[in-house]
Amino acid sequence: MKLKTFLGGIHPPSHKNLSAGKKIEEPPLPKTVCIPLAQHIGAPCEARVEKGQKVKKGEVIADSQAFVSAPIHASISGTVTAVQDYPHPSGKKIKAVIIESDEKDEWFREPKNGQDPLQLSSEELKKKIREAGIVGLGGAAFPTHVKLSPPKEKNIDAIILNGVECEPYLTADHQLMLEKTEAIVKGLQIILRIMGVQKGYIGIEVNKPDALKAMKKATKGLSNIEVVGLKVKYPQGAEKQLIKAILGREVPPPPGLPMDVGAVIQNVGTAYAIYEAVTFGKPLIERIVTVTGRGIKEPKNLRLRIGTLFSEIINYCGGIQGEAGKVLMGGPMMGLAQYTAQVPIIKGTSGILVLSKEELASGESKHCINCGMCVRACPMHLIPSSLGTYCEKDLFEEAEAAHIFNCIECGSCVFVCPANRHLVQMVKYGKSAILAAKKQQQQKK
Amino acid sequence: MSQENVAIRENIQDLLDSRVVVSVSPHIRNEVTISAIMYCVLLALLPASLAGVYFFGFPALKIMLLGIIGAVAAEAIIQTLLGQKISVRDGSAAVTGLLLALTLPPTIPWYMVLVGSAIAIILGKSIYGGLGNNPFNPALIGRVVLLISWPVQLTRWQNPTYLFSKSIDAVTAATPLAILKNEGLAGIADVRLLDLLLGNRSGCIGEIAVLAILLGFGFLLWKGYVTWHIPVSCIVTVFLVSGIFWLINPNQYANPLFHLLSGGLMLGACFMATDMVTSPMTSKGMIIFGMGIGLITIIIRLFGGYPEGVSFAILLMNAGCPLIDKYTKPKAFGRVP
Repeated sequence: MKLKTFLGGIHPPSHKNLSAGKKIEEPPLPKTVCIPLAQHIGAPCEARVEKGQKVKKGEVIADSQAFVSAPIHASISGTVTAVQDYPHPSGKKIKAVIIESDEKDEWFREPKNGQDPLQLSSEELKKKIREAGIVGLGGAAFPTHVKLSPPKEKNIDAIILNGVECEPYLTADHQLMLEKTEAIVKGLQIILRIMGVQKGYIGIEVNKPDALKAMKKATKGLSNIEVVGLKVKYPQGAEKQLIKAILGREVPPPPGLPMDVGAVIQNVGTAYAIYEAVTFGKPLIERIVTVTGRGIKEPKNLRLRIGTLFSEIINYCGGIQGEAGKVLMGGPMMGLAQYTAQVPIIKGTSGILVLSKEELASGESKHCINCGMCVRACPMHLIPSSLGTYCEKDLFEEAEAAHIFNCIECGSCVFVCPANRHLVQMVKYGKSAILAAKKQQQQKK
Repeated sequence: MSQENVAIRENIQDLLDSRVVVSVSPHIRNEVTISAIMYCVLLALLPASLAGVYFFGFPALKIMLLGIIGAVAAEAIIQTLLGQKISVRDGSAAVTGLLLALTLPPTIPWYMVLVGSAIAIILGKSIYGGLGNNPFNPALIGRVVLLISWPVQLTRWQNPTYLFSKSIDAVTAATPLAILKNEGLAGIADVRLLDLLLGNRSGCIGEIAVLAILLGFGFLLWKGYVTWHIPVSCIVTVFLVSGIFWLINPNQYANPLFHLLSGGLMLGACFMATDMVTSPMTSKGMIIFGMGIGLITIIIRLFGGYPEGVSFAILLMNAGCPLIDKYTKPKAFGRVP
C-alpha cells in the first residue's frame, strides 16, 4: 500500500539513533529555575509573585486577562529571588520569574485522581486546560484552550494527534508515545469530547514502527480513533502537510487555519499534558525534551522542569563533546540558535541540540542556477528561489504576489540548495519588512 | 559540586558563550553544491568523450582538452580583468568547454576550438553576469558562432578512424543527416541503426555514441541532479512527428528511429537542454520546453536549410524559458487556481 504523505519535502538524515529508545529520565531537581513570562504566541503574562515570596510547585506565578494566553506555574518550590529581564530562547531578553529551590519540591495542590474527565462538560474541561497552563508542545506553543474553541461556524470533523516528529535528531515524542501510550489515547478521547467530534487520528511516521504498534494496540476496539502510518519525509509533521496526508484537504493560505478545513491538530505531548491536567489537576510544569547531537556526550530523553537552564541540562548529559558548533532549541531544520547556554527550557522546547563544528552548514552563498531543486522540495508549492531574490532586492510587492506569506519557513529549500542561498533568512526578512510597512500605512490612516 | 563538574560547566560556558555560531534555521544542508553537480556532469560526459576518442583517435582528445583549457582560461582571464572573484574551480567553465568540444567535428583546426570556447564563456556567460545569469546555453552560443563564422570547417566530417588503427588516412564523409538532406532516402539506405547506436558513423566528436550518452545521463538521473522530463519529452516529440511524416510517405521521409539516433539529438536532449540555468524549473515547464526543442529540431531537419537543428532548437527554447517559467508556476498549497 502506498503510504500517505504530501507533495514535495526532503529526506534529511535522521540521526535519531543517538537518543532513540532511551527511557525518559528525570534529572535531579534544578537548584534554580528561570521561568519567562512569555512562553507562547499571544499576550505575555504578568507576574503574580514578588521578589522574596515563597512559592510551591504548581502555584500560578503569572497570568493574563487576555483570551489568547495561558497561566504560568512555579515548576519547583522555593523562593522568588527576582522578577527581571532574562535571556530567552528566542534571542531576546524577556521578563522572567527566578525561583531558588528549597529542595522540598512541595506541591501547591497535590495532583490527585478526580472526576472521570469524560463525565465533565466541554466548558469545564477547557477551563481545566487553561488553568493548567497548557499550550501546544510541538513548538509553536499556542494556548490549547484557544485552539479547542473554534468559532461556531467552523464545522470540525477531525482531530489529529501529531506523533510525526519529522525533525531530525528529536525523539521525545517517540519515547513518550512508547511510555505513555494509554494516557495519550485518553488525551485524544478528552479532546474528542471537548470538540464533540466523532473521528480522531494519530499520525506517526513509519520510521517509528514500535510506536505505531503500541498505538494500534492501545486503540484496538476504539472505532472512532485511527492510527495512520505516514511516509518518512520532512516536513510531514507540519500542520498543513499532516492534514493533507491524512485527510487529503489543503488548508487555505493565511489567514486560513486548519479549522477552515474541519481539522484541529494537537501534538501527542499536548494530549498527554491534557490528560494529566483534567484527570489529576496537574499543571504544566514539566515536559519531555530530547538532549542530543554529536556535541553532547550522552544524548538522553529527559523529563524537565520548565525554567531549567540549558547549561545545567547539558552538564547532566555529560557535557560538551568535541567543539560545539551550534546550540539549538528544537531540531536542526527549524530550531533556534542560542548564543548562551544560560537560557531556560520553556513550554515549547522539544529538544536541545548541540551540533558539532563539522556538522555546520558552511560555504558561501552563490548565485541561483535555476536548478529548480527548491521548487521540487517546497511543501507549500512555492518558488523559493524567486521569493529569495525578491526579498534580497526589496521587491516586496512581487514577493507578496508570489505568496510569501504561504511560506512555513520549514527550510527544505535551503537544505537542498546547491548554491547555498539563505532563502529562509531572506523570506523572514521580507515578511517582517512587509508587515512593518503595512503597520506604518495603517498608522498614517 | 565535584571538581570535575565545575570543569565541565566552565567548559560549557567557554564553548557556548564565545564560539558558537548563531544563525537562522535550517542548520543543516545536504552535500549537493554547484561544483559537485558540475563535476558529476563532467563524469557523466566521460563515456561519450571516451567513445569520441575511440572512434576519432587522439585528435578528438586534443579538441576536448583545448575546449576545456580554452573555457577555463577565458573565464579566469575575464574575471581577472573585471576584478571579479575567480570561480573556475566550480567546474562550470570546464563543463562548457567540454560540451562545446563534443559538438565539434574531429577535423576542426585547433585555434577554432579556442575561439569557440572563449566566445562560449565571454559572450555566452560572463557578459550576462556569470553563472546563473546567462539566458542561453554557453556551449551552444560558442558552437553557433563558430558555425556561422567558419561554415566549411564546421561541417567537414570524416568516417571513424578508430584509436590505434593502422590506417592513418581519414576518409571524408558526410554525416547521415547531411546525406539525407542532400541525397534523400536513397543515400542512407545502408546506414545500420546499430552503428548509429554505438557511434560508428561520421559526426561530431561527442554526439555519435548514443549508448554512451545515455549511460552518462543515466548516472545524472541516478544522482538526482536532473529529471527525465526534458530529454524524454524532446525525444518522444521527435519520434512522433517524424513518425507521422514517415507514415504519410515512407518513400520520402526517413523512419523515426533514424531521426532519434542520428545527429546531435541525444547529446542535445540529455546534456544541453538539461542545463539547469537555461531550462525551466517545474516539471510541467520542462515538458513544454522539451517538446518545443523536439518540434523545432524536426522541423529544421525536414524542411530547413540545415541538415541538423538541435543547437538552434535549444537556443530558441532557451529564449522562451522565462516565459515558460512564468506560465507554469506551481499552484501554491491551499490556493484555489
